[in-house]
Amino acid sequence: MSSVHIIGAGIHRFGRTPQRTGLQQGAYAVRQALAAAGLDWRDMQFAYGGSDAAGKADTMVSELGLTGIQFINVANGCATGGSAMFGAYATIKSGEFDLGIAVGFDKHPRGAFDPRPAEWGLPDWYGDTGLMLTTQFFAMKIQRYMAMHGITAPTLAAVAEKAFDNGTLADHAWRREPVDAATILAAPMVSDPLTKFMFCSPAEGAVALIFASERKARELGLPSVTLRAAAVRSRPPGSFEVFSPALEVERGPSPTVIASRAAFEMAGVGPEDIQVAQLQDTESGAEIMHMAENGFCRDGEQEALIAEGATRIGGRLPVNTDGGCLACGEPIGASGLRQVYENYKQLTGQAGARQVPGDPRLAYSHVYGAPGVSAIAIVER
Amino acid sequence: MPNWPPPVDDRLLSLDAARTPTLYAGRDRESGRLSYPPPADDERYALEPLPREGTLWSWTVQRFRPKAPPYAGPEAFEPYAVGYVALGDTLIVEGRLTGAPLDGYRIDMPMVLTTERFERADGVVQTTFAFTPQEQAA
Repeated sequence: MSSVHIIGAGIHRFGRTPQRTGLQQGAYAVRQALAAAGLDWRDMQFAYGGSDAAGKADTMVSELGLTGIQFINVANGCATGGSAMFGAYATIKSGEFDLGIAVGFDKHPRGAFDPRPAEWGLPDWYGDTGLMLTTQFFAMKIQRYMAMHGITAPTLAAVAEKAFDNGTLADHAWRREPVDAATILAAPMVSDPLTKFMFCSPAEGAVALIFASERKARELGLPSVTLRAAAVRSRPPGSFEVFSPALEVERGPSPTVIASRAAFEMAGVGPEDIQVAQLQDTESGAEIMHMAENGFCRDGEQEALIAEGATRIGGRLPVNTDGGCLACGEPIGASGLRQVYENYKQLTGQAGARQVPGDPRLAYSHVYGAPGVSAIAIVER
Repeated sequence: MPNWPPPVDDRLLSLDAARTPTLYAGRDRESGRLSYPPPADDERYALEPLPREGTLWSWTVQRFRPKAPPYAGPEAFEPYAVGYVALGDTLIVEGRLTGAPLDGYRIDMPMVLTTERFERADGVVQTTFAFTPQEQAA
């Protein structure tokens, strides 16, 4: 079994790019990653790729080159990017191939997602009567969490304020203007307690990462990180998930909790060892809850941690150093890989104005989505 | 019997002569587990009425008109509250909330099942269920 290394990373800026399709943004990210590593598409032995709503990834070979590459499409909803990465991880680890790529991209129309009940195994009345909205789920999860664990609205605003501050420092971010906490708090409510600046928006973007075996990574001698753990987990009994007409009275852990435990075990490290983290921030409350679900603090400790700036760049545990989904937007197929892209940049000292100080060696990423799936990656320089 | 608008789903919701609503779940005849909404498979699931009273588990307000489809409500949009209500030791059920100001809901508030007129954008009128604070219920 080989260890698994990320030796190159490319990104197509997030936000809105009307002149390029999602697929074209994906191919753009692939070319960026190859150029950064000084490699050619012909060098790639395998590819995993996917989008949720922007087409079939393997059709990008017509733009990148008809090399006959083994190209596997991944469709796993919000964990599409994480699953593509997991495919690359397992392929290298098994010794099947030495060098390959994972690409995730997406392009969503404006406004909230508009799911169809039948595709989720739900009756029509659930959608008809206005209960089938991801925004309601996130609002109700943080609403209860705030009441149970003493989290306040100004803390929700502080998370969004940090995201926009970090976004001003990231070339690939969509929102590049700071927004202060008072403005965030006073903005119109979307779903109480969350205002419009506390929610990410469906968007566009693409990320590609190049994976290599230990032997190949050594041969190429490029700046690299080791993928110490990659874990994808679906929901256990009693978790609270999007599009749930009812919940079990007996509550249980989230898919994030079990994915996180599995990843820490694989990597042989603990939350206290992590120096930079990218956590799913569909809305600002999600970042708060995911700090605890991933083991970085106890429930309720976020209130003080965020107030003292612990999650800012330069804090004890910088979280979402490129502004996360709040500043980058949410192209479903690309977000999970964006987080790993950001960690690669941070650990190889290429993060520029948003570089986490202190020469970080160990970074963590967590993507979460419907219908209850979490993907974790732990990388080490 | 007066001519009330039909329920949004016959297996989910029934109304008696006094218009008192009942919500149903399906009990798996083998495992004994409750499924909600009740699955259509009568061989495997027995319809079982849920308690009408419970406590508010969480809530929010839908402040913008949801995308249609799937939303089938009227073009003229009024914000509405949504919540989860813990119905004893059965299930925590999601539904619209009514009977209090939009910011008047609190976790652990006693709630009771009620009905709400649901006017669809296509002109069809149906009866749906909602939960209302117990002191508000007549």
